[in-house]
Amino acid sequence: MTSYYDSKDLPRFSEIGKDAPELAKKFFEYYGAVMAEGELTAREKSLIALAVAHAVQCPYCIDAYAKECLEQGSNTAEMTEAVHVAAAIRGGASLVHGLQMRNVVDKLSL
Amino acid sequence: MQEIQPASCPSAGVGFAQTLAQHGLRLEREQTHTLQINTGLLCNQACRHCHLEAGPSRKEIMNRETMDQVADYAARGGFQTADVTGGAPEMVPGIDHLLTRLAAAVPRVMLRSNLTAITDSDREHLGLLCRDLKIVLVCSLPATHASQTDAQRGSGVMDCSVSALQWLNSLGYGQPGTGLELNLVSNPAGAFMPPDQGRTEERFRRDLQRKWGIVFNSLYTFANVPLGRFRTWLEASGNYEQYMARLTEAFNPEAVTGLMCRNLVSVDWNGELHDCDFHLAKGIPLGGIRHHVTKMDCPPIPGATIATAEHCYACTAGAGFT
Repeated sequence: MTSYYDSKDLPRFSEIGKDAPELAKKFFEYYGAVMAEGELTAREKSLIALAVAHAVQCPYCIDAYAKECLEQGSNTAEMTEAVHVAAAIRGGASLVHGLQMRNVVDKLSL
Repeated sequence: MQEIQPASCPSAGVGFAQTLAQHGLRLEREQTHTLQINTGLLCNQACRHCHLEAGPSRKEIMNRETMDQVADYAARGGFQTADVTGGAPEMVPGIDHLLTRLAAAVPRVMLRSNLTAITDSDREHLGLLCRDLKIVLVCSLPATHASQTDAQRGSGVMDCSVSALQWLNSLGYGQPGTGLELNLVSNPAGAFMPPDQGRTEERFRRDLQRKWGIVFNSLYTFANVPLGRFRTWLEASGNYEQYMARLTEAFNPEAVTGLMCRNLVSVDWNGELHDCDFHLAKGIPLGGIRHHVTKMDCPPIPGATIATAEHCYACTAGAGFT
């Protein structure tokens, strides 16, 4: 096994429609509509997508949205801040569950 | 004119001339109203995207005799605009003379500045001369953030550019009602396409005003052309194939009608003519045939052939290079 993730697979994303074309069509229509200019600009959406890509740790999405952010005119300081937002939410999400731990401990403790 | 094919361009696939033919397009001249004047390759910066490989060690510069020949051509050719570029034109001895002569010969003179050469202590008089001659300044600023600007143009260039813009603003450049035009040019700091021009202009306007109180008239975003130092970097960094593929995929037939080479002719520091500054960099002469400025009675006529090459894809990608 050389590498599980191969950047050459990214442009082949549409092949996921093989054997289930209708579902793929619905997904890509939805995806396109979500990422289109709306109440948020395409640049803002790209930064959100970059942050989410880090949160879900998808190399394909990081590759695609790092490039997209640059082409939408974002700079590396903005992109780095977006990654920190993902890190803060991920870290905060773990920490806030510490209250569950405390609840359990409180219930079990004298 | 036979298209010049690069030695190794596997991903470029279809040649530019062939792509034009596939879309039923012909690239030929309309009315040529702009004379672009490349004063030479001497520059105080050595930008990593420079298609001309300009820099401090380059010796190619326009002499005074050629300046006069070019200014004479600008006048007899009835050009509407003279677009003075380099290198850093500010560093060329006699540039004051050329600008003064051009200002008398054509209605609109533009000077391309990298924003650091014009504010060197012994050249501040040039800014004052430009103001007095009402010369339009077109200044390079890739980003409003130092990391990208300095990466492309050299360490410390962002700070220096900000000071230069503030000084030009203080002379009246970019200020409403002065008639002193200050335009910015932003090239991407790497192997990716430029962002949307209108939105980028809005962001630059907001950022420059908020951070440094700088105002300007317009901003233009252009793709980097895979020539010279930028091409060397593309190849060395393993980005060349992907970048060429990106340019060819982004070919926009509608951009062809607005290409600058339809309305512009570019003269080099020796007085030789080219269809554009990129062909000048590659040594491709006007329409494929060598012409010297002293032998030209008028601008190239409408319908004249324009040479093409692989790097033309950079001018037709997306919104184009007008």
